Amino acid sequence: MPRRLSLALLLLSLLAFTAPAAAVDETEKELEKYRQMLKADPWSNPGLLDADRGEALWKQQRGPKNVSLEQCDLGKGPGKVEGAFAELPRYFKDADRVLDLESRLVWCMETLQGLARAEIVKRPYSKANQAGTELEALATYVAFKSNGLTYTPRLEHTKEKEALALGETLFFRRQGPMDFACATCHGDTAKRIRLQALPYLSKPEEARAVVGEWPAYRVSQGTVMTMQHRIADCYWQMRLPLIDYGSDVTVALTMYLVNQAKGGAITAPAIKR
Amino acid sequence: MKRLFAIAAAVVVIAAGVYLALPRGQGAASADAAIKSSWATAAPEWQARLLQDETQKVCSQYRNVPPKAVAEAIMAREKATIVYPADGKLMGDWKKGEVLAQSGYGGRFTDYPPRAENGGNCYACHQLDAKELSFGTLGPSLFEYGKNRKFAEAEVKAVYERIYNPQAAIPCGNMPRLGASKFLSVEQIKDLVALLMSPESPVNK
Repeated sequence: MPRRLSLALLLLSLLAFTAPAAAVDETEKELEKYRQMLKADPWSNPGLLDADRGEALWKQQRGPKNVSLEQCDLGKGPGKVEGAFAELPRYFKDADRVLDLESRLVWCMETLQGLARAEIVKRPYSKANQAGTELEALATYVAFKSNGLTYTPRLEHTKEKEALALGETLFFRRQGPMDFACATCHGDTAKRIRLQALPYLSKPEEARAVVGEWPAYRVSQGTVMTMQHRIADCYWQMRLPLIDYGSDVTVALTMYLVNQAKGGAITAPAIKR
Repeated sequence: MKRLFAIAAAVVVIAAGVYLALPRGQGAASADAAIKSSWATAAPEWQARLLQDETQKVCSQYRNVPPKAVAEAIMAREKATIVYPADGKLMGDWKKGEVLAQSGYGGRFTDYPPRAENGGNCYACHQLDAKELSFGTLGPSLFEYGKNRKFAEAEVKAVYERIYNPQAAIPCGNMPRLGASKFLSVEQIKDLVALLMSPESPVNK
């Protein structure tokens, strides 16, 4: 498979860039080459390995109740995976909460399969160059089943509206030893940290371009990263403690982001730095 | 009389509608509750970081555009936090300042127990030495900072204050209050002042 080999070499060459100065332009150029190759052969996307693994996990009978997740209701009815991600987060009557994809997966693993929540969320994120975790694989699988669709967030239930209002408040909330809010880094156009470009996430055009990329395959980490992880990492940078997986805050921020990105294409799992 | 009543009723209905449409006060309160529940598993000594001080509260409320009276209150309150070096010398060693400006270490939960001193991480947001090409643009370029200010004495004090607590001059600005939060020490801030204001510093070459 010469194409796969050349992709692997390209990946290695990307990781080899250590001098940051010249690197960003070069890294961007190489990433662009990579994206072009993916366009020519979408199945060579390494993130799809996680989607495949996620599909197998979805169908596998597991947990004390020894059932699969195939009866999990992601909002469009039990077992309906296609297009479900495009309408998440949403209000779920059975949980009486607004849940995003990842907190809904936990809910299904808990209630359908009988797995203990503490066990499920013990290690939600993979470290660099590790295989994706089960939650990452499952999230990538479900998101990929909405690939090509656009975000159509629902704002019917009062709790969905409340989640959006909360997410917006949180986006501008300053806290911690650095006084940072999400808006500190993502509140203006064409800004960067060092050489890393920052999307202006309150601006729909910019949100539409990036929000639908997650869960994304990160070349620098060699693994997929989910939206819960992306937000948790931002709070880590903001010098706050590790936020709980699938928390009200991360779900509300996701609600804010998908509403900013409304109409934007879902390209997950996309390729990121 | 009937018409007057109808107008009054309409005013009440519209006012009530406007009031209900505004999530503000309620938004902040529900944000506090959500924050508390979302970091339920965080260690108690870390929970304090989730609480906002008065300046963070009002800057969040006004999305960094505070009305005049609020802005003046912030500046007065933040100015009062500034501690000056005991020996009165505001300039340290620019070479140490450059190391600090490069370092983004400190304050993250993965940075404990500390393995190094906290960095200023200036290059994350500012251009300084023109030879360093990896600089951010969230803050203004500081290249030739001292040179542009003719290395004036008053500017040395001003920049010390700007690093120690920028909100004393720019209420609700984006820059962290690095001295007031004790993230950096007085000695470290002196080194950063030298990096900006010393004629020998690469920032001014």
